[in-house]
Amino acid sequence: MTCTQKPAAPTRRDILKSGAAMATLQLAPGVTLMAFGGSEAQAAADAGKRWGLLIDAGKCAEGCSACVTACADENGWKGKGDAERDAQWIRKVTLKNKATGRTSELPVMCQHCESPPCVDVCPTGASFKRKDGIVLVDKHICIGCRYCMMACPFKARSFVHEPVTNQKTHAPRGVGTVEGCTLCVHRIDAGRIPACVEACAATGNGAMVFGDLRDPESEISRRLAEYPSLTLRPDLDLNQGVRYAEI
Amino acid sequence: MRLVILITGLLLTALSPAWGQDAAWAPAVPKASGEPHPEGNAYMRRWHMSMMKHDRDLTMYDGERGVNASIGECFECHAVKDEAGQPVTVADERHFCRSCHDYAAVKVDCFDCHRSTPEGFEEPPHQASLGRGILPTLPYSAQMAQVLEYLRASPTVTAEARE
Repeated sequence: MTCTQKPAAPTRRDILKSGAAMATLQLAPGVTLMAFGGSEAQAAADAGKRWGLLIDAGKCAEGCSACVTACADENGWKGKGDAERDAQWIRKVTLKNKATGRTSELPVMCQHCESPPCVDVCPTGASFKRKDGIVLVDKHICIGCRYCMMACPFKARSFVHEPVTNQKTHAPRGVGTVEGCTLCVHRIDAGRIPACVEACAATGNGAMVFGDLRDPESEISRRLAEYPSLTLRPDLDLNQGVRYAEI
Repeated sequence: MRLVILITGLLLTALSPAWGQDAAWAPAVPKASGEPHPEGNAYMRRWHMSMMKHDRDLTMYDGERGVNASIGECFECHAVKDEAGQPVTVADERHFCRSCHDYAAVKVDCFDCHRSTPEGFEEPPHQASLGRGILPTLPYSAQMAQVLEYLRASPTVTAEARE
């Protein structure tokens, strides 16, 4: 960051902060309690948290794609029906046990690995992991080389092939860059849950649970402690934030 | 003779009291709605890019969403409306950013990824971004066609100069 040339005059930030001080209470750096918004604490990326998902394939209804639709609407990546070039931040996958014939469906998106292969291979540092475990692409420095797409064992990333218009303000996306599930980071920063989880709950299936894996009292941690779950490709030892049950 | 005309012209320009304020010499910056920036326009003109770069990193890496210099908020006030009263995208040369950036011949690639209109407005599909990415789109080539047309029509450009 090169802002050293800036004069020492009060910045816009300082001026607005001084005005806003009456309405808010600074609890700690990055944590602000909004006086008018009840007890809702607006928190930025917190290194003490690790966000994760628990997906119960047993509750994931056959043919239901509410999570996929919700994600496309929320982040504005709806394609043109070109399967080879359309972006896919989340997809429904059907698994079939060849021996028994049992099938199960589950959504697969960026698994938000603790040691992400996409970050390892990125030549520019555009692929990065946020303090709270969310794996993102800094599109300002992404050169579109697509090494991350090759490195990802889950096919979780997409390349934007054509110029895009009408993006969402909170989800910028553009031609020549790689993108993927952000775990709805803009919602998390506002204290909300990802759009897919919200949509899944709205269908009544309730197959997805979102929460902090580091907090033993969170619902996701309690469920993980209670019944068996696994990560996809456990042999790779990536310790993903997204976990599955009843596959 | 030509030199004399040139020098006279330069002298007249330099002596004119309206130099610098003349609409023909400076970009016409569209009027904005809302409260003026507390730092003043001169500060914003000089430092807006640094402010946005600083705050984009805060948002992306640290998740600070309450930053003040966010590109999305620019268009809450700096949205130029067309004849139909709809905000124009950056594909239109009347767009707020383009009013100066075209004049200064500084191309920005913000709008390859970011929207150039207020949140919630449905951008018409033909208003594609400037197409500075991989594929050139119509607005840019249309612009080039205008430039070529101007050069052809201009009597000051001789046949030799064009070659």
